[in-house]
Amino acid sequence: MNNTTKYLIQASNLHKSFGDTHAVNDLTLEIEKGEVYGLVGSDGAGKTTSMRLLVGAMLPDEGTITVDDFSLDKHGEEIRARIGYLSQRFSLYEELTVLENIRFFAEVRGLSADEWFPRSMDILKFVGLAEFSERRAGQLSGGMKQKLGLASALVHRPDILLLDEPTTGVDPVTRQDFWQLIIRLVSDEDLTVLISTPYMDEAARCTRLGFMRDGRLLKSGTPAELRAILDGTILEMRGGSLRDLRTLAAMDADVRDVHSFGGSLHLQIKGGMMEDVIKRLPAQIQERSGETVKLSAIPPTLEDVFTSLTSEEIQND
Amino acid sequence: MTEPAILALNLTRRFGEFVAVDHISFEVPRGEVVGYLGPNGSGKTTTIRMLLGLLEPSDGHAMVLGYDAFRQTEKVRARAGYMSQKFALYDELTVWENIEFYGGVYGVRDKARLNETLARVELTEHHHERAGSLSAGWRQRLALSIALVHQPKLLFLDEPTSGVDPNARRVFWDLIYDLAEEGTTAFVTTHYMDEAEYCERVGIMREGKLLALDTPDVLKAETLPGPVWDIFATPLETALDALVAADGVLRGGLSGNHLRVITRNGMKAKDLEGILKKAGLKTEKIERGEPTLEDVFLSLAKE
Repeated sequence: MNNTTKYLIQASNLHKSFGDTHAVNDLTLEIEKGEVYGLVGSDGAGKTTSMRLLVGAMLPDEGTITVDDFSLDKHGEEIRARIGYLSQRFSLYEELTVLENIRFFAEVRGLSADEWFPRSMDILKFVGLAEFSERRAGQLSGGMKQKLGLASALVHRPDILLLDEPTTGVDPVTRQDFWQLIIRLVSDEDLTVLISTPYMDEAARCTRLGFMRDGRLLKSGTPAELRAILDGTILEMRGGSLRDLRTLAAMDADVRDVHSFGGSLHLQIKGGMMEDVIKRLPAQIQERSGETVKLSAIPPTLEDVFTSLTSEEIQND
Repeated sequence: MTEPAILALNLTRRFGEFVAVDHISFEVPRGEVVGYLGPNGSGKTTTIRMLLGLLEPSDGHAMVLGYDAFRQTEKVRARAGYMSQKFALYDELTVWENIEFYGGVYGVRDKARLNETLARVELTEHHHERAGSLSAGWRQRLALSIALVHQPKLLFLDEPTSGVDPNARRVFWDLIYDLAEEGTTAFVTTHYMDEAEYCERVGIMREGKLLALDTPDVLKAETLPGPVWDIFATPLETALDALVAADGVLRGGLSGNHLRVITRNGMKAKDLEGILKKAGLKTEKIERGEPTLEDVFLSLAKE
């Protein structure tokens, strides 16, 4: 293999439109081997279309995709053999048992007769479904179905796994189990994972992630790098009627944004102005409304970063 | 108007042998934004169905806005709104036609009122657009406006912002808090931490029981058995095995490129480093982690 770049997957300037909709708009994505890369964005941001382009299920209007420097265009067959894909609406045969389902996917993926059984049992054991191998897929719980989907995507030993919103609609305990499996797979089976999600709590678990909106990648980095963008700019405010405080806080010229968050407000402060705001704002509010407030600096969340990036974009439009 | 928005006393529902909701009691004052968090099948929906008077409690009872939820259902229904992310909008109809239709269902035909409701969710400019062409965030606001058309005093929101852009989510929650300031109570069921973090108090359900109901701060401070740590060490899995087997480590899990561990109180970074050293592993970094609602949920729900 000729390794001229350090990236396992490289997508450059991808475009894909459906009619007037630019589902993917100049997307460049670089993923290193062994990463769990998260594609983070809301419904309609272009995550699923990006995944479908990467898996070769759809051709881009423009742009190139390479895996290990081989172009997906010319080596589609070989590259697809290396990819496991769990789509948002993966289909299982509800009438077939767990083992029959996985056998089906093994055969589609060309595993030989003596190969499929030991591999299937291994992978079922890994996802915790070995003892349910004779149960009909239709009788599995949501979490178990999803694990069977994962097992089916892994049966041909791919080294790249694409997961399209795998945990949407799944409860937190099951979600935690699922992530433990993914992280173990990365180390045990030498996998590289690309996962899409609309949820920030899930984004925080990825080794690196990219924020997507309107078919574009807004920013990419590790969760820590992304949070660092807003370091020293988020204040938490407590006390009094939040509605009044929201209005009063927003009047300060160095407060960019104010939002209600449970029992408190989160203020986004202009860079470098944190100390000044902490010093003057409580007095200002006291004077105007008689309310006593407490201000404290808090670490930015990924959601703060996403919102700030996208509102900048809106202002620049 | 001093009665609480919701008062549940030993509220219970059995289906045959199965106890879907098991003697839960709680009170929600007017104007509060309460989250209700639990895995699928933990009893969240059954609770709501009883609060809306759709299901008769097997035991206990619920008072909603001062009325018996089951015996005075029509009073409750006229004063409560319900919104779900999977709510059926008519994609072929415009925003205005949707709200006009659903307004009719609630007996609201006053155009001024419908316009007011659209203005409230800032959809006035979009009133002539087809619902099917709206973004997820706008759709969600349209669904909210439909739940608000009869000016309810209590709103049931079922995973209201799942799949929605974080910007749109913040705008949505600002709206909910505006309504709360005016006295409308919001009861939000979800299994996403992103949503739960916005609520003033969060209840956690498991297997029909309400395990806790308190502010996120109190839940983080009181339900976790000890401090949370982020531990960076290689190889991760060996480190996890060593830590989980050690005395004083209560919970451990993989989290991206590091481990998330909860220990007994009094445990220090040095102690954790010692455990890893004994297992022949090198520690790169150990940090005290900020507890999250997810930590709370996992320690309550998994034990």
